[in-house]
Amino acid sequence: MSGYAFDFHALRLEARASGALWWPEGGWLIVADLHLGKSERMARRGGPLLPPYEGLATLERLVAEIAALQPRRVVSLGDGFDDLAAAEALDPQVASALSRLAQGRDWLWIGGNHDPGAPAGLPGTAAESLMLGGVALRHEAGPGPDISGHFHPVVRLAGERRRAFLLGRDHLLLPAFGAYTGGLSHDDPALRALVPHGLAVACGRRAIALPVGPRR
Amino acid sequence: MILPPAFQDWFARRGWQPHPHQLALLAAQGDSLLIAPTGGGKTLAGFLPSLVELARVARPDGYLENGKSGRGGLHTLYVSPLKALTADIGRNLARPVAELGLGIRVEDRTGDTGQGQRRRQRVDPPDILLTTPESLALMLSYPEAPAIFGGLRRVVLDELHALAESKRGDQLMLGLARLRRLAPGLRVTGLSATVEDPQALAGFMAGTASVEIVEADPGPDPDIAMLPTARPAPWSGGGGHHAIPEVLAAIREARTTIIFINTRAQAELFFQALWAQNDENLPIGLHHGSLAREQRARVEAAMAAGELRAVVATGSLDLGIDWGAVDLVIQVGAPKNVKRLVQRIGRANHRYNAPSKARIVPANRFEQIECVAALEAVRERDLDGDPRGPGPLDVLCQHILLTACAAPFDADALYAEVVTAGPYRGLTRADFDACLDFAATGGYALRAYDRWQRLMLRNGLWQLRDPRAAKLLRMNVGTIVEAEMVRVRLRGRGGAPLGEVEEAFAASLTPGDSFLIGGRVVRMDAMREMVIEVTPDPSRQPKIAVYSGVKLAMSTQLSHRVLALIGDPARHGALPEQTRDWLDLQARVSALPRPGLLLSESFPHAGLWHFALYGFAGRNALQTLGLLLTRAMEEAGLGPLGFLSTDYALLAWSLDPLRDPSPLLDRARLRAGLGDWLGGNAVMKRTFRNIATVAGLIQRNMPGQRKTGRQATFSSDILYDTLRKYDPGHLLLRITAEEAGRGLVDFGRIEEMLDRSPRRAHRMLDRVSPMAAPLLLEVGRVPIRGEGRERLAQIEAAALMAEAGLEGIA
Repeated sequence: MSGYAFDFHALRLEARASGALWWPEGGWLIVADLHLGKSERMARRGGPLLPPYEGLATLERLVAEIAALQPRRVVSLGDGFDDLAAAEALDPQVASALSRLAQGRDWLWIGGNHDPGAPAGLPGTAAESLMLGGVALRHEAGPGPDISGHFHPVVRLAGERRRAFLLGRDHLLLPAFGAYTGGLSHDDPALRALVPHGLAVACGRRAIALPVGPRR
Repeated sequence: MILPPAFQDWFARRGWQPHPHQLALLAAQGDSLLIAPTGGGKTLAGFLPSLVELARVARPDGYLENGKSGRGGLHTLYVSPLKALTADIGRNLARPVAELGLGIRVEDRTGDTGQGQRRRQRVDPPDILLTTPESLALMLSYPEAPAIFGGLRRVVLDELHALAESKRGDQLMLGLARLRRLAPGLRVTGLSATVEDPQALAGFMAGTASVEIVEADPGPDPDIAMLPTARPAPWSGGGGHHAIPEVLAAIREARTTIIFINTRAQAELFFQALWAQNDENLPIGLHHGSLAREQRARVEAAMAAGELRAVVATGSLDLGIDWGAVDLVIQVGAPKNVKRLVQRIGRANHRYNAPSKARIVPANRFEQIECVAALEAVRERDLDGDPRGPGPLDVLCQHILLTACAAPFDADALYAEVVTAGPYRGLTRADFDACLDFAATGGYALRAYDRWQRLMLRNGLWQLRDPRAAKLLRMNVGTIVEAEMVRVRLRGRGGAPLGEVEEAFAASLTPGDSFLIGGRVVRMDAMREMVIEVTPDPSRQPKIAVYSGVKLAMSTQLSHRVLALIGDPARHGALPEQTRDWLDLQARVSALPRPGLLLSESFPHAGLWHFALYGFAGRNALQTLGLLLTRAMEEAGLGPLGFLSTDYALLAWSLDPLRDPSPLLDRARLRAGLGDWLGGNAVMKRTFRNIATVAGLIQRNMPGQRKTGRQATFSSDILYDTLRKYDPGHLLLRITAEEAGRGLVDFGRIEEMLDRSPRRAHRMLDRVSPMAAPLLLEVGRVPIRGEGRERLAQIEAAALMAEAGLEGIA
């Protein structure tokens, strides 16, 4: 429907318009950088009191994807929580929604720079990284081929900034799925180094593919 | 008080006679407001009572007032909207202070004042302190504030008319209420240029007592006219470049000229065009708010030294230092409101009682009409201005947080203090409590956690939960919210800073692109960490930097005058010939809009149907109308693709024609559209960003880092969307709706337009009408982000894929 299907190292994958990655053959749904508990962390540290709704907003979109795809396994590709304390202090409404979502399926938390280690008291198991066929799943891109998050890539399309997948020869980068997340432009040197040539798949109402690389 | 003999002698020695309004301010018993044109010795009038009081205290044989024992402590606080002005005033005061042998200390305190000086001022304040509203708010946020200001006797508020136009004025009035409480018996003097409603301005600055208004002699009528040009003004655009030869001639004849232009981008272009034809190399400078501070300072210094014959400026020179040598003001482009035009004219010839000389250059045909109408209003001294709304609540939220930085406070006492500030006189306790709740907990409907607490109630007093938060709050003092800007500097180590461009414009640049800044064409070499490095590149055709800043809409009164002029062919004799012919043709082909009649037209052009509505309601209201109307057109299946708005008209284009606009212009229907659809619009989001920043939800400055637009930060749009979805009753959304309704959305003027136009006329034409033709050339098109937008994105991406040879890959 609203996804963009492609092949990556012998895997048939679909970049969803929501920003999630879908592996239909194994029934895996992969999301990166949920950053749950971000507003709680900022408030705890004496910063601005952001609206405490990002958990609800993020999960609402995740619920819709899980309902549509019925995945066997859900993988959070790191930075699922803004920090470990935020994971422990998660809004009960969000925590119980997570528990409901995890019922009857595998749930894996890959550690990120914000949340190294397993979140206590939440469903699922923690891992450093994971293999999907010959492809590593990890938070931050390493020796390819791998699928990773961390950078929150965005592209500009028709005058709008959109969250985007970046698809190169060795690396597949996922956009941030969390509601309170900014973005790094696909042509930032850090991202250029990982995906010098390839495709971006912009998220939004539909997933839209466009080429990235040296300017025409 | 009367003028003591020593002061009389001083005036006499300088060959001066005190102005009546200077003596009137000296005699005033309580608070006072002086309305005077520039050049009337306004600043000296403001300081004279302070100098006289300080002189008395200085003499052991004098009359020591109020049992105050000798000198010591801060006597007078002077607040100005401009940092530059405080330095200038300091220099100007040095003379009478020295010549009268007063031996008093005058110092300034602004964002530029060093840490050492600030600390010393807190321990040992000067007699007279010169500052800005932001620095005052900051000083009041320190625990030492009662000690510093407790003995304060006088406050002088300069350029009060300008301060009252923005939230800076509201913040200042809240600070003033605090000062009045800390220093009972404080006397306040406001200084203002000519305004349409002195009574309203007096109410704005008043505390609990009334304010005595002193109006100085306004002086002789200005010598003001249109600048005749050999080439006619073009149909559209705002450049005014057709008038370059005449402008150069006028500069040559005058001693010093200020050329005012409405936008920074236009100022850059006009400056470049002037120099292209400046064969005599007349020294001409450029001054606008996006230039680096060093650059602006250089131009100001050259101007003060009489080294420049002219300076091209934006509103950046509306206020500020009096340059006595300026004898001509040229306004390029329509003035948009009469009051500002009069104030700008006053910049010429700062000798009191000499007429100011000003020339106006309309930039296009519509503006010619506007300029004629504005000149009539100036001659009739008919100033315009919209009444001020109540004090905005986002400013109050910031004030509450800063109050907590100074000391724990009692809510009842703070409320009692706040309602003594003019703009907040009508503040309800419920609104105050909502702001306090926002400051304390964020004010969210979902209150699940105790961590959402910036302020806590302990022993009946509100205080910061974490005292370290004070540092962050102080770093974010102020109500000026700039668009995200990116600095521009010359390439190389220690490259000279040139100025700033908007981040959105910077994002559109790729290395090798050239653009215009500070009057020169530069090539972008690299962008790193919010700095663009450039090299000069005079040979290239530049892109135009975009500074979207607030676009001033034409005032209601001036638009009425313009409409009345257009609608009455008998008065067209006042217009230039080509403009007359243009209106004649319009009357024959279609019709002329006129008071009481709302004219619209539909016509095909370039394969699309166009709809033009001549609403004369100002660009903000017409932009809102454009958003509402195109939404109705989308619902009606007409396939609208975009629209643009000017101060005069709205133009929308669509796949199918709009044959009968009247159902779409139904007031109830328009108002209904405001709530749901406009709520998600970019205009509202921009307003929200400003409010969230002022209220302290978004922080501009963080310790030790500059926001870099990287993945760590996210846009305020996300917060706005989240609040709208999960907490639609939130205080900041309410403030946003109220502010946008008055400002950027300006729905009031749509209603005003409908009210004053009981009759509607719609013409179906087979081609572009004369009046619509200039609109087609206007820039600033707003695309409609509907399904059509999504299709466009797909088409654009498909084209890129095809170009890259990637079609059918997936």
